[in-house]
Amino acid sequence: MSQPAVDMQNLVKTFGGGRNLFGRAASEVHAVRGISLTLERGETLGIVGESGSGKSTLARMLVGLEHPTAGSMAIEGKPWSELAASGTRAFGRAIQYVFQDPVASLNPRKTIGDILDVPLRLLCGYDRDHRARRKQELVDAVQMPLDTLERYPHEFSGGQAQRIAIARALAAEARILVLDEPVSALDVSVQAQVLLLLQQLRDELGLSYLFISHDLAVVESISDRVAVMYLGEVVETGPAAQLFAAPQHDYTRALIASAPRLTVSDSPL
Amino acid sequence: MTQSVTTPPSSSKRRSNWQLLMANRLAAAGLFIFGFILVVAILAPLLPMPDPNMTDQPNRLLPPLSQGHLLGTDHLGRDILSRLIWGTQISLIVGVSATALAALFGSLIGLVAGYARGVADSVLMRFVDMLMAFPYILLAIAIVAALGPGLLNALYAIALVNIPFFARNIRGVTVSIRNREFVDAARLSGKGHVAILFTEVLPNVLPVVVITMSTTVGWMILETAGLSFLGLGAQPPTADLGSMLGQARAQLFTAPHASIIPGLMIFALVMSINLLGDGIRDVLDPRLRSGALDRPLSVTRIERKNTPAASLADAPVLVVEHLSTGFANGGAVTPAVRDVSFRLGKGECLGIIGESGSGKSVTALSLMGLVASPPGVITGGAVYIGGQDVLALRQQELIALRGARVTYVFQDPLTTLHPLFPVATQIAEAVMAHNHVGKREAHQRALELMETVGIRDAAERASAYPHELSGGQRQRIGIAMALANDPDIIIADEPTTALDVTVQARILELLQNLRRERGLALLLITHDFGVVAQVCDRVAVMKDGQIVEQGDTASILRDPQHDYTRRLIACVPELGEGHAFLDRVRPLFEETRP
Repeated sequence: MSQPAVDMQNLVKTFGGGRNLFGRAASEVHAVRGISLTLERGETLGIVGESGSGKSTLARMLVGLEHPTAGSMAIEGKPWSELAASGTRAFGRAIQYVFQDPVASLNPRKTIGDILDVPLRLLCGYDRDHRARRKQELVDAVQMPLDTLERYPHEFSGGQAQRIAIARALAAEARILVLDEPVSALDVSVQAQVLLLLQQLRDELGLSYLFISHDLAVVESISDRVAVMYLGEVVETGPAAQLFAAPQHDYTRALIASAPRLTVSDSPL
Repeated sequence: MTQSVTTPPSSSKRRSNWQLLMANRLAAAGLFIFGFILVVAILAPLLPMPDPNMTDQPNRLLPPLSQGHLLGTDHLGRDILSRLIWGTQISLIVGVSATALAALFGSLIGLVAGYARGVADSVLMRFVDMLMAFPYILLAIAIVAALGPGLLNALYAIALVNIPFFARNIRGVTVSIRNREFVDAARLSGKGHVAILFTEVLPNVLPVVVITMSTTVGWMILETAGLSFLGLGAQPPTADLGSMLGQARAQLFTAPHASIIPGLMIFALVMSINLLGDGIRDVLDPRLRSGALDRPLSVTRIERKNTPAASLADAPVLVVEHLSTGFANGGAVTPAVRDVSFRLGKGECLGIIGESGSGKSVTALSLMGLVASPPGVITGGAVYIGGQDVLALRQQELIALRGARVTYVFQDPLTTLHPLFPVATQIAEAVMAHNHVGKREAHQRALELMETVGIRDAAERASAYPHELSGGQRQRIGIAMALANDPDIIIADEPTTALDVTVQARILELLQNLRRERGLALLLITHDFGVVAQVCDRVAVMKDGQIVEQGDTASILRDPQHDYTRRLIACVPELGEGHAFLDRVRPLFEETRP
């Protein structure tokens, strides 16, 4: 029996708090309140929720950008605290992150080649020739032309930039990808293409995805299981088809009812 | 998403930095004057001039244009031209080195403080605040007094007192860059903090350092001269612009040329550097770079080649005929909206849908001449509101229509509402802009409007600031402002894109109700077919600045005629479809890929 890719138990994150210069207690924000979730290997777990539900905070804790206030988490069987102690590189090798705004996640003053070079050099430790070969493979894997490597981020559209960001996440050869609203900033046709690419990469490379989005239909199209977050808590978890067909929690029902649909309602406007 | 539409597409015709700098005449003049002074100062040792320190008492205080002394001599009979050139060289060296030192240490402090935040930030910034607490020429004098007079000590003093200027500027920029996603991405790629600071953050801060340096060099030269004038900088017999001025002060009335000449030199030097520095700042600042360096006009430039005759048989509220808008780019105009025609009747809702860059937002802004100009220019067509061609109106009349008969609701109310005024005041302002009513009456009207748009406890929320409201409530305030003067037409540009789905549903419901109750015509710009399906009677699909298809919403969704529409609709995942969606769209993209 293999371990789950990610195992979270009672994870809590509170911002603020503590005392300021004059000893007054600062206000606290409970971003994540006791979440327990598991992501199995090769699985895509969708996380839906509205703004302020704590889904991005959860994602940032997973990759080590935030420290949990309480609770425990294990990534591929290794406890979070052990990974944190050995530095960000240990995280980078196990788990990678794809940001919502692809253009903002690429340094405007570096070529794509430079950007892809960093994880290959620091996380994989490849020599120059190996790195050059890997970069070509990565660009090819995300279906971008080869001259991509010499160009700068601003020369690409949102969809192309997101492909490059995905290539960077793949470069680290991590087996788990946290995708934080990866298609929300994209046009629908581009969104569909990126979703197809993600699905193909997952099947070819055996990746596990934690797919965060506010768009129920997008989550449903790619996820095996879905967790619904509301005000820092998971209110409902279940297989994608089942959860959307027969929602148990009131909030899930409200979400589904509000989702815009293409079918024109019969009620007179 | 929609903002990107309004910036003109980049092209090879975009002017280079050098051309932009030369286009700014003052900056060009500054460059040439400064360049000339610089060359002369550098060539000082090679020029055939007398020794600047050779005294010649019999020939003291000779006037300019004397034999052998072009600019005359000073009180010790030394050649002023020679001293002026050597003095300029020294002033330049000191000024530039002081700037370099201040920039180096100031930027380092700013970078570290801005990146580390927390305790390091507090400690470093309090040190900087301490330096700033003294009037800074006094601080410089105190430092020189402690170190002893001399050119080198003056240099240190000036560099030190200018550190805060750099540190504060650079810290601000670093803080904003540090929160950018690419910094997090670099961390996840395995970079350490030091590597991130110097390879990721620094390249993005560098332009700001250059800009700050170019605007402070002149100031530093002036301060060096000031210290030398007081006798704390260059020591005799070394010539320096400030000390020349200081020594000639005693003969100001008998031999004014001895002090006026170095004074003029300081003026020319500092002025040219400041003009050049301002020019460099304007060129490097990306915001000033995209468009021309001018303020936008209050109405988009209108240069219509064709003005179609009105065919206003049934005269709906809004008729748009063959409208074309483009962006001037060098000599050519890049079209953004091409030959767009549509009609909107009373109480009707027309959706304009398209992907980013399709020209839907530019279309919406063109109707009231709101496209930023330069570079925007309306190149053709007509917009009839109530049968009147608004593009033919005089500027003042067009401006009067805005916010009165035609109003806009934008995507993010947080950026369109003023952060420093309570919301009710802002609504009242919209009322007063078009009606001659008193403040109290306008406030009363604002409260009524807030109730109309479904804000509970309007009287209590009236004094709230925009940041105290949720996104949905802010958008309601935006709609209340749009309603302030009983408009005929509301143009809503992605009004719900920044909102959560549950809030979006309520805002759309509100717009529907208002339309029904008041007979408003609604022009809804969106990228979301779901929103169109829910709200719009008719829909126009835009692609590359053109409307490719328009018609009844239900029939277009059911049976799209144009390939592009068909493809767009196919790419929208439907709830309940599940994994079947990806299988369904896969063939769409396989056939297009080579």
